[in-house]
Amino acid sequence: MLDTIILILDSTLRLSTPLLFACLAGLFSERAGVVNIGLEGKILGAAFAAGAAAYVFQSPWIGLLAGIMVSVMLALVHGYASISQRGNQVVSGVAINFLAAGLTVLLGQAWFSQGGRTPALSPQNRFQSITLPFADTLANVPVLGPIYANLISGHNILVYASFAAVPLTWWIVFRTRFGLRLRAVGENPSAADTAGLSVTLLRYRATIICGVLCGFSGVYLSVAQGAGFIKDMSAGKGFIALAALIFAKWKPVNAMFTCLLFGFLDALAIRLQGQEIPGIGEVPVQVFQALPYVLTVVLLAGFIGRAIPPKASGIPYVKERT
Amino acid sequence: MSKGQLPRWVDYGVLPALNLLAAFIISGLVVIVIGEDPFEAVKWLVWGALGYGEGIGYTLYYATNFIFTGLAVAVAFHAGLFNIGGEGQVYLGGLGIGLVCLALDRYVPWWVTFPCAIIGGALFGAAWAFIPGYLQAKRGSHIVITTIMFNFIASALMVYLLSNILIPQGTMSPSSRTFEAGGQLPLLRNVFTSFDFGQSPVNLAFFLALAVCGVVWLLIWHTKLGYEIRSFGANPDASAYAGISPVRVTVITMLISGALAGLMGINVVMGEQTRLLLDFAGGAGFVGVAVALMGRGHPIGIILASMLFGLLYQGGAELAFEIPTISRDMIVVIQALVILFAGALEHMFRPAVAAFFNRFSSSTAEA
Repeated sequence: MLDTIILILDSTLRLSTPLLFACLAGLFSERAGVVNIGLEGKILGAAFAAGAAAYVFQSPWIGLLAGIMVSVMLALVHGYASISQRGNQVVSGVAINFLAAGLTVLLGQAWFSQGGRTPALSPQNRFQSITLPFADTLANVPVLGPIYANLISGHNILVYASFAAVPLTWWIVFRTRFGLRLRAVGENPSAADTAGLSVTLLRYRATIICGVLCGFSGVYLSVAQGAGFIKDMSAGKGFIALAALIFAKWKPVNAMFTCLLFGFLDALAIRLQGQEIPGIGEVPVQVFQALPYVLTVVLLAGFIGRAIPPKASGIPYVKERT
Repeated sequence: MSKGQLPRWVDYGVLPALNLLAAFIISGLVVIVIGEDPFEAVKWLVWGALGYGEGIGYTLYYATNFIFTGLAVAVAFHAGLFNIGGEGQVYLGGLGIGLVCLALDRYVPWWVTFPCAIIGGALFGAAWAFIPGYLQAKRGSHIVITTIMFNFIASALMVYLLSNILIPQGTMSPSSRTFEAGGQLPLLRNVFTSFDFGQSPVNLAFFLALAVCGVVWLLIWHTKLGYEIRSFGANPDASAYAGISPVRVTVITMLISGALAGLMGINVVMGEQTRLLLDFAGGAGFVGVAVALMGRGHPIGIILASMLFGLLYQGGAELAFEIPTISRDMIVVIQALVILFAGALEHMFRPAVAAFFNRFSSSTAEA
């Protein structure tokens, strides 16, 4: 029984990681007042760039760098359209998603001729799982031993990085001057402007951070969890992350728990596929797949708590009317 | 003409053309990056779409899809609503159409099934859009997010229905049984035998799409409801003071939008596939966003934009066949760039164009 639980929780951690990176990415962007439908596209772009670069240069770290670069570039396109040009942020996010969906497969096919995939990465070109100190010696301790050895130890570095990013994000957003200004720009940009802050610059910085974090998410998919890029491998994770962000009410620690919950549902769905639950019978796997979205809709409708976005989120800032 | 304002023909002609041009130039650069000749690519694209009867048929077939989804997005835009859930509404609308066809196809001829299927598709599509519309109007949840979520819920629902309930016994592929003749819409190649449509699936739904364009034009510009929709979109506060109920307009607009998207299934489910299958929407719901933006929300513009995207889809297939390094995903890239330039960056060229015309108009005023 304990083994089964640990197994499910273990895959929960692995499935939550990309969501968590993307969710924190969205947090920075939306806290600064830039709605980000384009998380999905940035994840996908990063996953492709990382898969390609890790293969060509035989190094997961160069893959990481390439993934982040591409994701930031896409973020800057989104930023240029929605901050400088004051375009519709949703429309530009949609464009980013399509751009990534098309370009990754198109370039993948042109460069590697494997139906849009990047060539499979050998283990040393991926992020390997790390065994934490004493994991093997402690494995025989009852209850806590297996939890430490099998659940906490044995993940790749990006999994740990994603969870480390949570307190870091909290600290940046709520305890630094930059974070205060970021939130000010997202809540009341004209007040921030009056106080002498550059709304444009702050929003650009938030967008870039968003790009970096989405980059991590994509790199995780193709170079850590998977072994190379596969067409459409983000499979809606950017949107689940967006849902998680709303569910978490734009707060970092909540975001972590929400991503864990959504990851858990995913892990449970895989585990329960085709199995009977006592008393209920076989639950279609689609129920678990749809649950994060249903929960988000219910939350947004205000039936369980109220999710109130940053006030200026989605509204381009016009300095003055001419 | 005040400063910064442009004549209508510039606003509706020159600016969209410039945006489109920018999208095509970037697309050309992408082709160069791949190492192919963009002009060669354009040649195959245009030939594949318009060079022979079957190509034209396919172009019209794809355009039919995009007219429906484009109208759906445009109607919502007029009320200031961003219905990004076209994909899910198409999917559910197809379910409604499929159920009608499955129920009637063995007993009545197609022209009895056809109007029932229209009603079924519109009803199911509208129902799927109703909840996001209602939640936006009554509970204040953001329609963009809700409709995105509903796309995923629709997808999960349809996978379940097709692989567990509608699937005929003894088969493995998740789709319904093929409709009998009573559930099949006549193909144009069998109606207009004098024109060679080849094996293309263009069918009577094309004319339905054109008729629906007329209905939408009447609705938006020549009815009280259309006026309310447009005033609500232009200024929700002012229209509320004028006695227009925001809840009513939001919900009704979303119902119409969903119904329009739902009708797309007539073309694919009843026309081409003659069965209900997984993922038949194939992204057309999102193309609708590009089409509505390019067509500026007007049915005529939407027909033209749909034709362009139909041309790209069919020509792209031909292009991928002739130059295998340029796969069909090139179309997705072009589509993304059109959304980017015609939508998010729509005002990028405006200052330059305005400056150009102002200089022109002031010099004529002095003379």
